[in-house]
Amino acid sequence: MTAILTLTVLVLIGISIWQISKMFDLSQTERNTSQVADDNDNNTQGKLMFAFLVFIYLLTLYSFYAWGDVLLPEAASEHGSQYDNLMWISFALIFFVQTVTQALLYYFSYKYRGEKGKKALFYADNDVLEAIWTIIPVITLAGLILYGLYTWTTIMTVEENDEALVVELYAQQFNWKARYSGQDGVLGDANVRFLQDFDGKNQVGIDATDPNGLDDVVVQELHLPVGREVIFKMRSQDVLHSAYMPHFRAQMNCVPGMITEFAFTPITTTDEMRQNPDMIAKVKKINKIRVEKSKALVANGEEALEPYTFDYLLLCNKICGASHYNMQMKIIVETPEEYEKWIAQQPTFAQVIQ
Amino acid sequence: MSAVAAQAHEEDHGHHHKETFMTKYIFSQDHKMIAKQYLITGLFMGIIGIAMSLLFRIQLAWPEQSFAIFEVLLGKWAPEGVMDPNVYLALVTIHGTIMVFFVLTAGLSGTFSNLLIPLQIGARDMASGLLNMISFWLFFLSSAIMVASLFVEAGPAAAGWTIYPPLSALPQAQPGSGLGMTLWLVSMAIFIASSLLGSLNYIVTVINLRTKGMSMSRLPLTIWAFFVTAIIGVVSFPVLLSAALLLIMDRSFGTSFFLSDIFIQGEVLHYQGGSPVLYEHLFWFLGHPEVYIVLLPALGITSEIIATNSRKPIFGYRAMVASILAIAFLSTIVWGHHMFISGMNPFLGSVFTFTTLLIAIPSAVKAFNYITTLWKGNLQLNPAMLFSIGLVSTFISGGLTGIILGDSTLDINVHDTYFVVAHFHLVMGISALYGLFAGVYHWFPKMFGKMMNKNLGYVHFWVTAVCAYGVFFPMHFIGMAGLPRRYYTNTNFPYFDDIADINIVISLFAFAAGAAQLVFLYNFIHSIFYGKAAEQNPWKSNTMEWTTPVEHMHGNWPGAIPEVHRWAYDYSKPGQEEDWVSQVVPLKEGEEELQH
Repeated sequence: MTAILTLTVLVLIGISIWQISKMFDLSQTERNTSQVADDNDNNTQGKLMFAFLVFIYLLTLYSFYAWGDVLLPEAASEHGSQYDNLMWISFALIFFVQTVTQALLYYFSYKYRGEKGKKALFYADNDVLEAIWTIIPVITLAGLILYGLYTWTTIMTVEENDEALVVELYAQQFNWKARYSGQDGVLGDANVRFLQDFDGKNQVGIDATDPNGLDDVVVQELHLPVGREVIFKMRSQDVLHSAYMPHFRAQMNCVPGMITEFAFTPITTTDEMRQNPDMIAKVKKINKIRVEKSKALVANGEEALEPYTFDYLLLCNKICGASHYNMQMKIIVETPEEYEKWIAQQPTFAQVIQ
Repeated sequence: MSAVAAQAHEEDHGHHHKETFMTKYIFSQDHKMIAKQYLITGLFMGIIGIAMSLLFRIQLAWPEQSFAIFEVLLGKWAPEGVMDPNVYLALVTIHGTIMVFFVLTAGLSGTFSNLLIPLQIGARDMASGLLNMISFWLFFLSSAIMVASLFVEAGPAAAGWTIYPPLSALPQAQPGSGLGMTLWLVSMAIFIASSLLGSLNYIVTVINLRTKGMSMSRLPLTIWAFFVTAIIGVVSFPVLLSAALLLIMDRSFGTSFFLSDIFIQGEVLHYQGGSPVLYEHLFWFLGHPEVYIVLLPALGITSEIIATNSRKPIFGYRAMVASILAIAFLSTIVWGHHMFISGMNPFLGSVFTFTTLLIAIPSAVKAFNYITTLWKGNLQLNPAMLFSIGLVSTFISGGLTGIILGDSTLDINVHDTYFVVAHFHLVMGISALYGLFAGVYHWFPKMFGKMMNKNLGYVHFWVTAVCAYGVFFPMHFIGMAGLPRRYYTNTNFPYFDDIADINIVISLFAFAAGAAQLVFLYNFIHSIFYGKAAEQNPWKSNTMEWTTPVEHMHGNWPGAIPEVHRWAYDYSKPGQEEDWVSQVVPLKEGEEELQH
């Protein structure tokens, strides 16, 4: 029944738009409707062009006013501030060029709107002008490219070292697991062929004959000690996934048959981040929304939403199937002491398969 | 060959062909009819593609709620009116595929290359009318297969329009990777064949069949754009074909080009040694040039329309041609910027950052030249002109964010978020769509001998323009907040609860934009039948297509093809009475031709 109703409504909407267009059409018969613009049109449309420029600016300002607080959350990794600097420099540049060029475009469209009898300026070439707007982008981009590549190299150069914590991120439809390398600091060999060993207890396919793997620890929640470099090794057992950790400005695809890498040093613990004034404001805003939503839910006899507390996120950011939208893992950044305490409580691979 | 063909045509032309309904409207070899066929098929596919986007915008604004329209349109894929996550993925996948390939490649380039290449260079028809006809029917067949795939039991392809394996290769990974994906691949393979036949024909025609006096440096910028687009297509589409074929082999014949070490549904698969990264390289080797295959024709159309309606020469003709060539060249060596975090060597990422950011230079030149063309013009603000100006605007807004995405460092955190969605929809989606609309409004008199209604055109433009920014501007914000694309719902992340209202705003703008397209459709169909009769040259344009009679005829010109004496942009030239001089008008005594 509802189906028929919706269809009827849709058809009616269609018909009404058709009819409105037609009425509009008929009411215009007195005027020239043949698509060639006359002075009247040029005048109106020219002014609308200028109004549209105002609209773009207002939309921009409104968006920043209303949603500016969701942009780039505070960075929680060492390279994060480098990333953010480059981002804001690029953004400022883009913003400047956007403001100026759109203004020129729409202002000219308004200013030079056509008039019968007016003659346009025959102006086909100017090598100096063209040289200027070729060279300025060249110089600006050269700067951006150099700065970008410098930052890129800094971020992506992963050097193996004894200090760093080595963690494997293991992706499967539709969840994440993390494997710590244990006392020896070396991850044991692994392959999907070993996944069925030990009645499925071998969750990430560690090779049981490799002694390096026996002290490995496989967990469902990622704990990271603050201030220590973490080298991530990514693996996937089925399709492409992408390990995306927006607060750490970190992302790398997980590719079946291949081990990919990314490294960063977390600098802010979860607790510290929760005390961040911006974050407090954000969480407050979110909880207000959730309370509102809960009211509606409870009225419908459903359960209320739980209040939200902030946690760092690991999201899947490469389309991977039906539950792609819910493939996530909690990340907890804590003090080294807390971390040591936590890791000591986790069973090693050797203990799991016994 | 050209001379012979042209001559043959010349003689042929004298006899009147007896045309049946079949040869005139269905299996026509006339480029003008084929252009119309492309346009109408493209618009039909466009309706499907846009309708799909409206469906998933409902889901994104009001996630997991029950809507009767889902029940009606999606049937068992929306149990109790709630959209299934697999269907959401299928909708975004097919929306992307249809819009990129079927609407903005075939619908835009197919329509206007076919219509304008022979008319603007002064040829009787395409070099091969038969190949041209086959090209269209292959496109039609591939469209039919793509549409048919929507009705497959397990649903159409749902792995994203990029169909990365292993997701697209394994039916165990998602239901859409079964028969739906097979049909997708077959459809695309046929599409590529169609595109290649079309492109080769365009290239040969432009090189060989230009009329006397139509040197390359006198070609209108439209033709330059179509010509270069065809070359990019010929260079890059075959690579996608090979990717599709290898994927078909992995899927059906157990090879391991793209697959290795896979455990799925409790089973270790036999694949060894392949790599999905290889597929990504092959896909983007086409995928990136594809962006320009979509965009360049739109820019060509815009150049023509802006010059005509500013009543001014296009500013910097040489620079415009050079930037088309530069963009075309660079477009083939930047594909890796889609793969900065795919696991490929970071050094390679540096190289691709470098080449990618270089594209900003010719793009900037184009944008500034358009703006300068408007300067001190006598702008005729008809609907085609509005869409062209709108194109320059979205091309700038969308292009600028490319500076962020093309920078490997910055890409780390915004890769595959809504920031990317906002960027490419503005710079290639909306821009190319505006190019398509501008072209339809401008050449409608040439195609159908009728004029479209101006006022409906204005309504169409303004609602679309406001909504396009209304939809995509806020998307930058949710992308920068870290929201991944292709998420069925964000409700599983309370962290994103504060952007739920932005999603509602976006959807409302999207629905209004969709409604505005109905105005266009009405105007289009109504004008074909009841529009005012067109004059021969309604815009007082210089290019050759306006020297042909309004009534279509085989061979385009009655009598001999006119000779070309000047470039296409002698608008408001000092010393001339009118503010335009057709390309076929000889130079006056003492008149100087611009050197370019």
